[in-house]
Amino acid sequence: MTTLLPTILFLLLLNNLVLLGMSRLRGLIRLTAFQGILLTALLLCLDHALLAGAVLLIKGLLLPGLLMRTRKGLHAATSLKPRLHRGLGILAGMAGLVFSLWLEARLLILPDLFPPLLLPTALTTLFCGLILVVGRTTALSQVIGYLVAENGIFLLGVPLMTAGAVWFELALLLDVFVAVFVMGIAIHHIGETFESIDVGRFRSLRD
Amino acid sequence: MELFLTAILILAAAALVTALLAALASFCPPSAANCRTANCLGSCCAALGCLTGLCAVAAGPWDATLILELPWGLPAGALVLGLDPLSRIFLLPVFGLGMVCAVSGGLSLRHTSPREHNLGAHWFFYLLLLLGMVVVMSARDAVLFLLAWEIMSLAPFFLIDFNDGDSKVRDASWVYLVAAHLGAVALIAFFGLLWQSAGTTSLAALQGGQALREAGPGVLAALFILAVLGFGAKAGLAPLHVWLPEAHPAAPSHVSALLSGAMINAGLYGLMRSLNVLSALWIAPEWWGWSLLLLGLATGLMGILKALAQSNLKRLLAYSSVENMGLMFMGVGAGLIGQSSGNAWIALLGFTGALLHMLNHAGFKGLLFLCAGEVLHATGTVHMELLGGLQKRLPLLGAAFALGAAAIACLPPLSGFAGEFVLALAMLDGPSLPGVERQMGLLLALTGLALISGLAAALYAKAYGITFLGEARTGFAANAHAASWRTLWPLGLPALACVAGGLLAPLFFGLASFTALNAAPLPDGLMAGALEARAQVRGSLGMVSLLGAAGLCLALALLLARRLLLRRRGAPVARTAQSVQTWGCGFQAGTPRIQYTDASFSEPLARVFAPVMGLRVRRRQVSGLFPDRAALNVTAPDRLRSGLFTPLFEAVERLCNACKIIQHGKIHLYILYILATVVGLLVWGLHT
Repeated sequence: MTTLLPTILFLLLLNNLVLLGMSRLRGLIRLTAFQGILLTALLLCLDHALLAGAVLLIKGLLLPGLLMRTRKGLHAATSLKPRLHRGLGILAGMAGLVFSLWLEARLLILPDLFPPLLLPTALTTLFCGLILVVGRTTALSQVIGYLVAENGIFLLGVPLMTAGAVWFELALLLDVFVAVFVMGIAIHHIGETFESIDVGRFRSLRD
Repeated sequence: MELFLTAILILAAAALVTALLAALASFCPPSAANCRTANCLGSCCAALGCLTGLCAVAAGPWDATLILELPWGLPAGALVLGLDPLSRIFLLPVFGLGMVCAVSGGLSLRHTSPREHNLGAHWFFYLLLLLGMVVVMSARDAVLFLLAWEIMSLAPFFLIDFNDGDSKVRDASWVYLVAAHLGAVALIAFFGLLWQSAGTTSLAALQGGQALREAGPGVLAALFILAVLGFGAKAGLAPLHVWLPEAHPAAPSHVSALLSGAMINAGLYGLMRSLNVLSALWIAPEWWGWSLLLLGLATGLMGILKALAQSNLKRLLAYSSVENMGLMFMGVGAGLIGQSSGNAWIALLGFTGALLHMLNHAGFKGLLFLCAGEVLHATGTVHMELLGGLQKRLPLLGAAFALGAAAIACLPPLSGFAGEFVLALAMLDGPSLPGVERQMGLLLALTGLALISGLAAALYAKAYGITFLGEARTGFAANAHAASWRTLWPLGLPALACVAGGLLAPLFFGLASFTALNAAPLPDGLMAGALEARAQVRGSLGMVSLLGAAGLCLALALLLARRLLLRRRGAPVARTAQSVQTWGCGFQAGTPRIQYTDASFSEPLARVFAPVMGLRVRRRQVSGLFPDRAALNVTAPDRLRSGLFTPLFEAVERLCNACKIIQHGKIHLYILYILATVVGLLVWGLHT
């Protein structure tokens, strides 16, 4: 099974970069779902079957389903105006990848803790999530950005898992689930109140 | 030491109870019972705590050094309190004036409406201020000292802001808060640097300068400058004095008396304590002494000249406090010069004069501020141009003010004379210093001191004369309420201090000189000279006291004899002495308008000093043959405030507003800041 690991990691990286270049909201949500499935596969490779099931359920089906429902309820424009040009977004993602590789060389970590390439992939996923948050204008794509960043944190946590830590990871998943749930509702209300979910227009809320 | 701890505990317990009362008053509808309870409890407990403290300070031999160490939960510092001569001499005014002001404040606030003021809160902060001052002057650890200093600096903000309905009062309290915190910044830097270079926060370990032996002269100089800035801001050293003339008139009088008589002394105390830490015996660089002397002289001259141009009695007293602090700093400067040049006479008398003047200043300035408060209470104003003739209506209050004014104007049998006499003696020995520039320097300082003393006499002749003598200028003074001895009796103690400070001057000089020798020890070679100087000065002070006492007795006897003689002849007073209007100047029908005004008092001086001190004189003189309207107006706008501090703070405000560009409300960019910071920190942490 471990022979599949590099392939899955490569697919994850590719998925991240495509996320940064995706212009339609529907495509973004689908890619997020695909990322959840990739995570499940990765967990299966590392023999965490129980957690893999939970991840598939939450990250692969539940969260994307919720996001899709919110998107339909909003009737928002399906095409996203990125604040950051899409090409620039992909470039920033690549810079994140390079920085992650540099970090891996610098960080002092126990030698056999991380399978090869897992650490840079995890860091890149984290950075790509944050770039998504910074670069997009709609609140919904920001939620997706947070999800992707959380996936990165999740990946970092996978090798550190022992028997007890599974519950910790599950609790984290539950946390994110509730957060997305609340944000979904909040965005729905924001969309109704402001007739837009463009975060640039929330400026009137500052002091 | 147990008694001292008891005093602190009484004050702390009372602070707790008044805080509870304050909370009760702010959550429940205001009730007169709560107000009365808070006033009674706060003032009585404060007075009781101060009385216990006074006993603790006076108990036991003066030179006993007591240390009390208590458990302390914080990682840095220690809860160590101590009493040594320097702490004792500075605690005397704190406890003495704290007691008098608590009683006087309790009496003056007893008719306060519970709807207007929360007296529980007022007394809570009063007690907190007392506690802060007591701990500052007994702390033996830098961290504890700084904490107490902060409490002592914060509490007056709420006390000054008592009449917060008035925008001027609010403004004054903010000015105070800013000045206090600018000083605190310098002090935090001072103690931080001290900790770094000495490796300990214990003041007992730092004492004597042993711990700083390895520190370079640059570090010592930086420490000295920070100490002068930080402690000078509290003491009102020019140009950091701007908060004093704002805060003192705005605060209730018992608070101004405590602030002026006891709290600003904390600046002098801190400076003397830190000089003890910084300069081991005779190694203090000479420029320290000269710069303190010069700063003190400039502060004194500026303070007295500004005071002369004021028409608000409390503002006048505030500027006079600045002047007196200047004199004390001059004394410390002279003491340092004496130490560094090996002159026992100047070293001993400089420090002793500063300490003696500090003690006496607490007495008469407390008395004068409390008198000003009673004037405000009786007439509704402290603007001198609206008053006049109060001596006839308020004879007791007038007598108390006259006593305080005579004492602060250095009239010999009273207390103000002793301190300035010792200071002048210290500087009079200037010619025995090596080098003509040093001799000239000290003699010029002596001239400055003489000028300041003379101007002080003119100032208090004006303050007393315009307020209490002559005829009432307006209805404020004409309709003054009578003040009975029931409200004036707390003034008795500072009045007694004014007389006792003069008549018992040799005793107080002994205490102060002992403290000076203990706090600023002289090398063994100079000790004999210092002891000789002490005996000599004590002898001449004793002679002055004796003559003064004899003069006082003679005056009293003459008064008594006059009264007895007049009574025996059975003649009514009206037949023997004709009553005429004061300052009638020969006019048949004088009116209050032909009296001296406060502006006409200061006009001749303003003519000489106007360009130096920024006094503004507006004069409309009579022209032509027939009398016409004429007007004279002397004001002293604080040029330092309008020319230095206001532009400075406006520039800071503009800078801060410019920084608001980064606060634009775009959430995703805020996240970008976080991302950039995290990446930056990672790179910074891992690049090596």
